[in-house]
Amino acid sequence: MELNARIPAGPIEKKWDKHRFEMKLVNPANKRKYSVIVVGTGLAGASAAASMAELGYQVKSFCYQDSPRRAHSIAAQGGINAAKNYQNDGDSIYRLFYDTVKGGDFRAREANVYRLAQVSVNIIDQCVAQGVPFAREYGGLLANRSFGGAQVSRTFYARGQTGQQLLLGAYQALERQISAGRVKMFPHTEMLDVVVAGGRARGIVVRDLKTGRITSHAADAVVLATGGYSPVYYLSTNAVGCNVTATYRAYRRGAGFANPAFTQIHPTCIPVSGDHQSKLTLMSESLRNDGRIWVPKEKGDGRPANQIPESDRDYYLERRYPSFGNLSPRDVASRAAKERCDAGYGVGPGGLGVYLDFADAIQRHGRKVIEERYGNLFEMYQRITDENPYEVPMRIYPAPHYAMGGLWVDYNLMSTVPGLFVLGEANFSDHGANRLGASALMQGLADGYFIIPNTIGDFLARNAPGGISEDAPEFAAVTDEVQQRLNRLVSLKGRRTVDSFHRELGKIMWDRCGMGRNAQGLREALQRIPALREEFWKDAIVTGEKEDYNQSLERAGRVADFLEFAELMCLDALNREESCGGHFREEYQTAEGEAQRDDQNFCHAAVWEFKGAGNAPQRHIEPLNFEYVQLTQRSYK
Amino acid sequence: MKITLNVWRQRDASSEGSFETHQLDDVSPDMSFLEMLDVLNRRLEAEGKVPVAFESDCREGICGVCSLMISGQAHGPESGTTTCQLHMRSFKDGDTIFVEPWRAKAFPVIRDLVTDRSSLDRVIQCGGYVSVNTGSVPEANSVQVAKENADKAMDAAACIGCGACVAACPNGSAMLFTAAKLAHLSLLPQGKPEHERRIKRMVEGMDAQGFGACTNHGECQEACPKLISIEFIAKMNRDYIKASLLPEHTSSELLKAQ
Repeated sequence: MELNARIPAGPIEKKWDKHRFEMKLVNPANKRKYSVIVVGTGLAGASAAASMAELGYQVKSFCYQDSPRRAHSIAAQGGINAAKNYQNDGDSIYRLFYDTVKGGDFRAREANVYRLAQVSVNIIDQCVAQGVPFAREYGGLLANRSFGGAQVSRTFYARGQTGQQLLLGAYQALERQISAGRVKMFPHTEMLDVVVAGGRARGIVVRDLKTGRITSHAADAVVLATGGYSPVYYLSTNAVGCNVTATYRAYRRGAGFANPAFTQIHPTCIPVSGDHQSKLTLMSESLRNDGRIWVPKEKGDGRPANQIPESDRDYYLERRYPSFGNLSPRDVASRAAKERCDAGYGVGPGGLGVYLDFADAIQRHGRKVIEERYGNLFEMYQRITDENPYEVPMRIYPAPHYAMGGLWVDYNLMSTVPGLFVLGEANFSDHGANRLGASALMQGLADGYFIIPNTIGDFLARNAPGGISEDAPEFAAVTDEVQQRLNRLVSLKGRRTVDSFHRELGKIMWDRCGMGRNAQGLREALQRIPALREEFWKDAIVTGEKEDYNQSLERAGRVADFLEFAELMCLDALNREESCGGHFREEYQTAEGEAQRDDQNFCHAAVWEFKGAGNAPQRHIEPLNFEYVQLTQRSYK
Repeated sequence: MKITLNVWRQRDASSEGSFETHQLDDVSPDMSFLEMLDVLNRRLEAEGKVPVAFESDCREGICGVCSLMISGQAHGPESGTTTCQLHMRSFKDGDTIFVEPWRAKAFPVIRDLVTDRSSLDRVIQCGGYVSVNTGSVPEANSVQVAKENADKAMDAAACIGCGACVAACPNGSAMLFTAAKLAHLSLLPQGKPEHERRIKRMVEGMDAQGFGACTNHGECQEACPKLISIEFIAKMNRDYIKASLLPEHTSSELLKAQ
C-alpha cells in the first residue's frame, strides 16, 4: 500500500494557494459530463454535494435517514472555530493551526491543519450569507465565546444548537440543488459496499431501507462523508443509527484505515442511569466556560453537594492545570475525571460522576445571563435527570463522542483507492489524537465547501468521464456479495438479540479500549471479540424479511460490521506503544499521570491494510514531519 | 411501573392498521419513552416476532426524526419535549397508553409508527434557502444584524422538522413549519432579496404537497417541541398578501421604492 500524502512543496502558508494553481481544472462545459456520488448528508456531505452541484457536476446524494436534514451533525451544540480574530485577543490563522496541532498531541499532518485554519474564515462568511442565525452582540456584529484547549475566543455559535443551524444551512443549499435538478437525492438509503473497477472506485451498492431493494450506482468518483464510529462502544453521544459500515466496507475494498484507536471520550456527558440506557447525552463543552468542575475532598462524602463547604471541595482541573483550568482540552479533562472517580472520589450512583457547578457563575452574572447562555442545555439536563441545575450542580461523566481515526486520505482528501474521497469525521482527519472543541464543524465544512470542490476536479480532469455502467461485471459481483451477506443475516434465527451482542461488544471496548488501555486488556479484547462475533453468526436473532422495511436487519448489519471493526481498533491500540491525546496507554505515562508520547518510534499515522478475511491486516505508516510546530510535551498547566 | 401499551400496527400505506396490546411490568421511571419501546421490541424479537417499527436517531431532541402520537398528543404530554426526551416518570404506574403514527394526508404510513415526511423537504425545495453559491460571499461582519432580529430568526430557525405541527392540526396544515422557515430567512438581511418570490413559492408548494390550511386552532404551537410561536403564521399571512399584490418580476423593485 503506497501512502503518498501529496503535500505541496513550499512554505506552509503558500501550499494551498500553490496547489490550487497547480491542480488541473475541468472546463465548465465538461463538468456536467462527470458524475459524483456523495454518501452522507451531514456537514461534510451536504456541503460537498451542494458545492459540487453548483460547479456543474452531476451529483447523487445518499443518506440512511429519512431526510438529509437529520444527519448527526445536527446534534453538535457548542460552536465552530474560525481564526477571525474579531475579539482582538491575539488570534490568527497561525494560532488556530498551532492550537490544533498541539491539541491533537502532534499526531496530525501540519499542511492539512494549516489549510483548515486558513479556510476557517471563509466558512463563517459562507454560513452568514446562507442565513445561519449566529449569536450577535447588541452592535449587530458576530459574538464569540471561548472553548477548551484555546486561550482566545474564536468560537461562533447559535445558542446551543450550532450544529443544527450550520447543517440546516448546508441542507438548504443541498435542497436548492435538488430542486434545480443538479442533485438526485436518495434518502432512507444505506450504502452497503463500494465497487472498485479498473483500480478506481466506480460506484456503490445500496439498500433502499423502505423496500429492502438493492441497487447499484456508477459514477466517476465516490465521496464518503459517513461520520464516525463511536457507537462501537454501544453507549455514546452519537445518534443510535451512526455506524462504521460505509468506511469499514471501503477498508475491505482497499482503502487504508488510519489510527482507528484514536477515539475521543468527551468529558461532559450525563452519567449512565441504568441498564435500559440506549445512548448518552452530551452537555456542551461550552458549559465549562462558566461551570466549575469539582469532587469532594473526602472519599465517599455523602452530603448533598450544596452542603459541602468550599474548603471541602477539590476543583481538580483548576488545581492541576492552573492556566487552562476548567477549559483544559477534552482528553485531559476526561482522564482527570476518571482518575478522581477511580480513586473513589466520584459522586452520584456508583461513584461515576463529578460535579459541574454553576453557583459561582449564577452569583456573578445573575440567573438570567446563565439562562440566555445555556438555557436549552439546562432544560435538557433537567428533563433527563429530573434535577434542576440552577439549584444543584450538574453531575457529569465522560462518554464516547468522536472518532479522530478514519480512512486515510492524502492532501486532496483521496483515500488509497483512487477516486474514493473521504470527508469530515469519516477521514482520519486533521485532529491527530485529540480533537479540540468546536473543530469538528469547522473540519466538516472546510472539507465539503472549500476543499473537495477543488481537489476532485484535479482527479476528474485526469480521467475521461463515464466508461462504466451498473451493468459491468464488477457491479454484479459486489451486488452478489451484498445479497449473500443479507441472506445470511436474515436467516439468523438464534436465541440472542442483536442488541445484546452490541451491548456486550460495547462493554468490552469501553473497559479495554476506552479512556485507559493496556497491553493485557487489549490482548484479552482481541480474544473475546472474535469469539463474540462467532456467537453472533450462530445465535443472533434477526426477524422479518430481506426485501422489506426491516429495522431488525438494518441493525444486525451494522452490529456485524462493528464486531469486525472493533478488532482493528484494539489491534491499533495495542501496536501504538505510547500515549497520545485520547489514546492513553496506562504503561506510558509521566510521573504526573500525563500522556507520554514516544516521538522516536510513533510520530506517524498508522494505516491498516485489509489482507482478506481471516488474515491479519498489515500496518503501514505515514511519518509525520513537524517543520513549524516544535514537538513538545503538551502542557496546560 | 406497570404500563399497558396499545400500539398501532400497520403493514403499509395501503393496508388497514389496528392496535396491538402489550403489557410491560418492569418499566423504570428513568427510561425514556423510546427506551420503553426498545424493551418491548427486544422482547418481541426474543419471541421471534417482528418488532414495532418506529424511528429515532439522535435521541436528544434535535434530529426531529422521532414522532409518535401518545394518547392523542403529538410527542406526548410534556410541553416543549420530543418523544425521545419524554421520560416514563411523566406517566403513572398502571397507566394505559395509546401510541399512534402521525396522521396526515401528506404523511403516508410506511410501517407501524413510521411515516413518510419527505413532503416537508419538498416544501423547502420551493425556496426555503438563500440562493448563494459557495465562495462568492461578503465578509461575515460586513453586514450588521440587530441582535433582536438575529434572536427572533433563531427562535424560528429552531424548528426540527418533526411534523408534530402537521399531526396536531385538525387540517393537517404545515403552516407553522413553513412560516418558521420564512420568518427565519426574512428576518435576516441575507434572506431579504428573494423574500417575495420565496413566500409565494413555498405557500404554493405547501398546498401542492397536500397540506391543509390554517383555521387558527393553535394546536401546532402547543404540540411544537421547540415552542415555535404561531405569531410566525400571522407574519406569513401578512407577508403573503403583500407579496401576492405585486407582480413577481417587479415586486422587489416596488418594495424598495416604498
